[in-house]
Amino acid sequence: MPAKKKRGAQTLVFDKPPVITSWASIAGPKEGQGPWGQDFDWSMEDYLFGEESWEKAENKMLRETVKKALNKRNFDEADAEILMAGDLLNQLVSSNYAARELGIPFLGLYGACSTMAEALLLAAILVDGEFFERVIAAACSHHYTAERQFRFPTEQGVQKTPSSQWTATAAGAVLLEPVGTGPRITAVSIGKVIDMDQKDISDMGSAMAPAAAHTIKTHFNDLNRSSDYYDLIVTGDLGKVGMAITRELFIKDGLQPEPNYSDCGVLLYDDFQEVNAGGSGCGCSACILCGPLLKKMTAGEINKLLFVATGALMSPITSFQGESIPAIAHAVAIEN
Amino acid sequence: MNTPDPKRWKKIEVEEYENLVQQTKPKPPLLKHCIWAFIVGGLICLLAQLIMNYLLNQGIGKVDASSYTSVIMIFLGAFLTGIGIYDELGKKAGAGSIVPITGFANAIVASAMEFKREGYIFGVGARIFTVAGPTLLFGFVVAVLIGLIKVFLSS
Repeated sequence: MPAKKKRGAQTLVFDKPPVITSWASIAGPKEGQGPWGQDFDWSMEDYLFGEESWEKAENKMLRETVKKALNKRNFDEADAEILMAGDLLNQLVSSNYAARELGIPFLGLYGACSTMAEALLLAAILVDGEFFERVIAAACSHHYTAERQFRFPTEQGVQKTPSSQWTATAAGAVLLEPVGTGPRITAVSIGKVIDMDQKDISDMGSAMAPAAAHTIKTHFNDLNRSSDYYDLIVTGDLGKVGMAITRELFIKDGLQPEPNYSDCGVLLYDDFQEVNAGGSGCGCSACILCGPLLKKMTAGEINKLLFVATGALMSPITSFQGESIPAIAHAVAIEN
Repeated sequence: MNTPDPKRWKKIEVEEYENLVQQTKPKPPLLKHCIWAFIVGGLICLLAQLIMNYLLNQGIGKVDASSYTSVIMIFLGAFLTGIGIYDELGKKAGAGSIVPITGFANAIVASAMEFKREGYIFGVGARIFTVAGPTLLFGFVVAVLIGLIKVFLSS
């Protein structure tokens, strides 16, 4: 017997689309000065956020975002039934330590920068499947914790290439419930790991673009939708280079990229903010979704959104061993 | 009829994609970088030369004067790293600020600052040479080799 909710190769459609009843976002100092600074719930004044280390700051960011999303619905931590969250650090420390303080049953997820979509789609499955009634999906990243884990000490004078990206200091969380008011998650597509033999770790966009294009194409094929079905298709953090390549791949696949395609990594910063190709990190797509995008959905400016967070799945160790960069993208359809 | 070999297909796909990437990827502004590196690297060397000349004028011997100059330049590199200026310089100057001895000081002090929160033994102590380590190791190896050559030539 074929699965009841599965369509085509990689897509699930929900009978009772879960509702995004509440959401919250925190942005770092640089992100707060970007073009969407006003749309985040909170802009941090400095990178330590009142803590002793960047790692503790990142954990606090996630914790406070989750609390804020619950508080907006007049819930507190005890009301949340399960938390699904992830970050970029080894052993998911930011999420694990945040979950320690929050005391919510917890599943840690690692999808690199695709984590927000991974958390959202799993949360939606759990709500639609009637397992839980209040599920939190969240993700966060911090520029300096990621920089020291993946790249160089922060005070070292290194020249960045134009294709490199700036890991965002940001966090986003959404609360999913079976009923309520708000945008609904109607369908999700689970991505495959795609590797086109890209090895340049200062060019994640080129590594991730094929994964994004593959998931989006599969999503449209599985649901028999045309490319103008959505008001906006937004990829996670491909940056300028990855976005330009994805446009080309769209055209190759017979999809129309303009004008309803954009990328969170390109949106998050202004050009003069010295971020080269744009933003990256779990927090990048998380805060753009939980800030400007969901705000625009409630205002009715966007009614159908395809959120496709993208992740590069390498580690510094595999890179030094000469391995190429595998990438993944998950698509989440959010509709009013 | 031959069945298509999936590995070969994948290879063609990868090659095509690589072409697309190379067309799209912005090229680093090489000339601008070279000019910046030339000017900043040159200024660092000029400053060192001025210090050296001053020391020589004070009547310090040539060997001592060059050692003192290195020490002063290392201090300056470390100090500018500490107050957060050297990394800003490095973003623009690239090799111009990495290659001189000040860049070496920057690599060591930046690592020390970075890992201070993990304590003095497992943080600073264990990680201070993460960036500079290869330079030190291969510097020592080359020094030993040249020393050996000298021993053989003079015997």
